Amino acid sequence: MPTIRQLKRRIGSVKNTAKITNALQLVAASKMRRAQDRAAQSRPYAEKLRVVLAGLATHGEGDPEATHPLLVSRPVKNVAVLHITPDRGLCGGLNSNVNRSAGTFVAMQHEPVSVIAVGKKGRDFFVRAHQHLIAEFTELGDYPTQNETMGVSRIVIDDYMNGTIDRVYVSFPDFVSTAVQRPTIRQLLPIEPPQMDSADAASAYRQDYIFEPSPEVVLERLLPRYIEMQIYEAVLQTAASFQSAQMVAMKNATDNAQDITRELTLTYNKARQEQITKELLDIVGGAAALED
Amino acid sequence: MPLTVEIVTAERILRTEQGVDVLVAPGSEGQLAILPHHAALMTTLDSGELLFRRGQDESTFAVTGGFMEVLHDRVTILADKAEAAEEIDIARAEAARARAEERLRRYRDQADRDIDAARAAAALQRSLIRLRVATRRRRGPGAPGAAGRP
Repeated sequence: MPTIRQLKRRIGSVKNTAKITNALQLVAASKMRRAQDRAAQSRPYAEKLRVVLAGLATHGEGDPEATHPLLVSRPVKNVAVLHITPDRGLCGGLNSNVNRSAGTFVAMQHEPVSVIAVGKKGRDFFVRAHQHLIAEFTELGDYPTQNETMGVSRIVIDDYMNGTIDRVYVSFPDFVSTAVQRPTIRQLLPIEPPQMDSADAASAYRQDYIFEPSPEVVLERLLPRYIEMQIYEAVLQTAASFQSAQMVAMKNATDNAQDITRELTLTYNKARQEQITKELLDIVGGAAALED
Repeated sequence: MPLTVEIVTAERILRTEQGVDVLVAPGSEGQLAILPHHAALMTTLDSGELLFRRGQDESTFAVTGGFMEVLHDRVTILADKAEAAEEIDIARAEAARARAEERLRRYRDQADRDIDAARAAAALQRSLIRLRVATRRRRGPGAPGAAGRP
């Protein structure tokens, strides 16, 4: 049984913790809204790019000369995983979930795997696992911009083009909702073009348009943009996931701290009452002894 | 039927405008003007000045590369980077121009071989476009050099 003084001190410390977690929760909530908003802002661009790519990329099938290197699947000797995580913790199971998912995925590969890490948590995880790191990018901030993810895209595209890596996957926590962030792994390179409903739709798409200078040039300009956009989107999803996971985790922590405070206060009051009773008994007993 | 124009970048939806009469864009094959009932078109864009007019109102943008799609009087511009004229900070663009020029001069004088000349040239071009777009706006529409008078 802790003493009254110990109880009082613990109540104070739990209340302080609750204040901090509550503040973090509020900050994360407002940042989450902005992070989600940014993810929404990038959507029209991404969707349009996907539609155009689906219409264009079917061309050149069976015509190997005309196919862009970013679309060609070649024998896989080296695999790379672009692993995107937050920089910070205090977000519940988010980091360990993405890390576990990426770790399992890496372990399943038959070819040697290199990692490109975005975010400290993922980098630390793969450094501990002694996995080969090609590059690391940290401190992208709460609202990463396209300028910052451009360096990531360049490394991915360059290493793919010069043959260092033959297949690239991206791993990141996909933002499903405030409560759910799903660790996701997708193939980034070679590009698997999004499919049109049918081959007819694709060829109709190509015939309907005038392409300037030519469909090939448009496609060639489009493919690197598509990679950049996918990486940028994944980074935005990670940022939104982090803020919402942190908000939920901090809300739970605050609720929990309030429960503990309530229980401790009860114990404290009981102990205090007991002590008063004891003191009263002492006084009454003392007075009775004097009277005798 | 007038045009609907949408300018988007990967980061944001910059502008959505309806009832546009004419749009002039820096196509990679040369400047091109889009009027209502244009055929379906998909083109790459160069860096340059993009403007559209609705009645007496003219809006100008500095864009850096990208794509433009025209379909059923809907113009979608997917720009790598885009800025509305009123957003451009002239002082910053001026500073960027000075910096790029300085780098190019140092490169030409062989003083510094580490400089990426292509990047500096691209930066210079970008800053010049931004300056032109920004100053054109200060002079207002209809000023000399305003392209695409209907």
